[in-house]
Amino acid sequence: MIIALAGNPNSGKTTLFNQVTGSHRRVGNFPGVTVEQKTGDIAGHKGVSIVDMPGIYSLTSYSSDEIISRDFLLKQKPDAIINIVDATNIERNLYLTMQLIELQIPMVLALNMMDEVQANNGSIDTMLLRHTLGITVVPISAKNKQGLAELIELTMHAAQHKTKPQRIDFCSADATHRAIHAITHLIEDHALKQEIPARFAATKLVEGDEKILKQLDLSKHEEETIEHAVTEMVAHLGTDREAAIVDMRYHFIEETCRASVVKAKESREYRRSVSIDNILTHKFLAIPVFFGIMFSIFWMTFEVFGNRLSDALMWCMEHLGEWLGGTLEEFGLNPAIHSLIMDGAYEGVSAVLGFLPFIVILFLFLSLLEDSGYMARVAFVMDKLLRKIGLSGRSIVPMLMGFGCTVPAIMSARTLASERDKKMTVLLTPFMSCGAKVPVYVLFIAAFFAEHQALVMMSLYLTGVLLAVLSGLVMSRTVFRGAPVPFVLEMPNYRFPSAKTVLLLMWDRGRDFVQRAFTFILVATVIIWFLQYFDVRLNPVEDIADSMLAYLGRLLAPIFAPLGLGDWRISTALVTGFSAKEVVVSTLAVLTGAGEETLTEAIQALFTPLAAFSFLIFTLLYTPCVAAVATFKRELGSFKGMLLVVIYQTVVAWLAAFCVYRAGIMLGL
Amino acid sequence: MNMTLRELGVGRSGRVLQVGGERVLRHRLLEMGITPRTVITVKKIAPMGDPVELFLRGYSLTLRLADANNITVEEIAEDTSGNQERGAAA
Repeated sequence: MIIALAGNPNSGKTTLFNQVTGSHRRVGNFPGVTVEQKTGDIAGHKGVSIVDMPGIYSLTSYSSDEIISRDFLLKQKPDAIINIVDATNIERNLYLTMQLIELQIPMVLALNMMDEVQANNGSIDTMLLRHTLGITVVPISAKNKQGLAELIELTMHAAQHKTKPQRIDFCSADATHRAIHAITHLIEDHALKQEIPARFAATKLVEGDEKILKQLDLSKHEEETIEHAVTEMVAHLGTDREAAIVDMRYHFIEETCRASVVKAKESREYRRSVSIDNILTHKFLAIPVFFGIMFSIFWMTFEVFGNRLSDALMWCMEHLGEWLGGTLEEFGLNPAIHSLIMDGAYEGVSAVLGFLPFIVILFLFLSLLEDSGYMARVAFVMDKLLRKIGLSGRSIVPMLMGFGCTVPAIMSARTLASERDKKMTVLLTPFMSCGAKVPVYVLFIAAFFAEHQALVMMSLYLTGVLLAVLSGLVMSRTVFRGAPVPFVLEMPNYRFPSAKTVLLLMWDRGRDFVQRAFTFILVATVIIWFLQYFDVRLNPVEDIADSMLAYLGRLLAPIFAPLGLGDWRISTALVTGFSAKEVVVSTLAVLTGAGEETLTEAIQALFTPLAAFSFLIFTLLYTPCVAAVATFKRELGSFKGMLLVVIYQTVVAWLAAFCVYRAGIMLGL
Repeated sequence: MNMTLRELGVGRSGRVLQVGGERVLRHRLLEMGITPRTVITVKKIAPMGDPVELFLRGYSLTLRLADANNITVEEIAEDTSGNQERGAAA
């Protein structure tokens, strides 16, 4: 049995999902899109699974979340819907309910946060509401686990008895009524054939939903009849088709609420939110506070906890590796296989694990921001700035986190509201110089720009930001042109995040990264190992200078010559940088045959100061490391998308380094 | 007096007369409950001067000024939405 969990954003959907599901949970994608689909088995009820739909306000076809939800409900045909509703904000929440009812799937209304309503001296007559809406209504508090057993019981009952909603007619104005009924009648056969509930299809047609119109495959004559019915309705009402339906629904909701809801005058939670916002969205304090919060998160994630955990983990992996390597050697394993296991596969596993602490810790903080309601304030405060490059306010968070590590940063873009913003943010985030590039910067700056260390460092970070801004400007006018999704954002009351939700999100994200990135990273490290270990005739090499990798480096060297980087050792180092940026330094050391002390001199011999700067610019901008690329594939949902990012980044890097180098030469540097 | 929501000003309330704008956006505004006769209070303007935070039907919503410009309201004297935070951020 499948139960769909549907509701508005901020209605407590995820909390309810986490409370009713047992240990068996799966995170996947909805078919064909990168929107996350969480499924879990309901604890104590074998064979009953619940699917968490995206948080939506309506079932139109304007946003990907709504289309996905609609398609899921129409095509997968869940046995029942639990529609979770924020009882403290019942009017707007019922708007979605009215549309879900039209789908004629057994449905139960879960009135969440009833404890809050009652604590503020409000009340809801659930019996009357049940009678008016024609569906079962259960008051619950997902946070406090109240009413959940009853909710599940009644939902399963409705599913088993296939109890459809008792009422679908919510018309008030005669004209709307006439139009909907005429159209329902007209399209009934088509709707039946396409397995779309006729009533739902009819209201969507009155609204002018083109997707449904196409799906129904009507005759020319039928389409004209529909248009005629709508024109008549519009003329009669003196409004337009969309407004007619919205009016009808809200009119019914207002009547219903007047009869069965006693609103709390002004809730304690609302007053508390207003006073918190007196600081957090304050005219002068908001922006400093935001950057303060971001800085603390950044510092805690990448400095305090992440680095230490990652280092500790790496230490363990190193020692385990030594032991494993030694054992295999004693066993007398073939040196090539030994190297494959230790330098290829084991390295890859270590690399994947090294990212985990950052991901888990960053998501701890991000889910606190999201669940407390602060993320909506971030969008509010930062919107004007981000809109200039065609994004909306919420995108600032992944971009700032990109300065730490691109991998968790682009993973955090997943919760962005629109597909367009999500893609653009994922594309722009790698321009933020990540932490792994710092060792490269430090080495080169010390070797070439000892007198202007801070200046050069700053210029690198700023170049990254500048190119992100430029790319944003270009993209929002070309590839991502077209109407951005409207910025209509709810500001929920601040709430205390539940530990369970936060911990489960950390777990899900960590597991997701390991599962999806693992194969990809493993394959990539093994390929790089292979290139390093053998020469073009597949003989194992003594000196890396004879390897296939060096051969590749020599092949690529002419491409880098216009950047002042014509030496094959440089191009080879850049190629190895694909596995992880800090590797660039160690490859240079190996190829120049320099030790730790002589490395500075070795690279001073290899680069002119101008070429060194060109090299830094290229390193800053070119394709992110393999772990980030694997995450691109996951978040963009396609191999092609991933490849495009890699190519785009590398081309931009080449052009930028080229400009810098050529300009330098013209200036006589 | 009739004016757009943008002109209403922080801490003041108005009753919606008309919702205009591009089709998708307008539909979304209507669906979020900004329908004619709804009472809306302007709560706050973001630090950089845009967007604007509103209060209606018992919840808070933010809109960009350009979009708020498409909503015509008539100002009403008393604050019926129960929002006591008049001009808190002004």
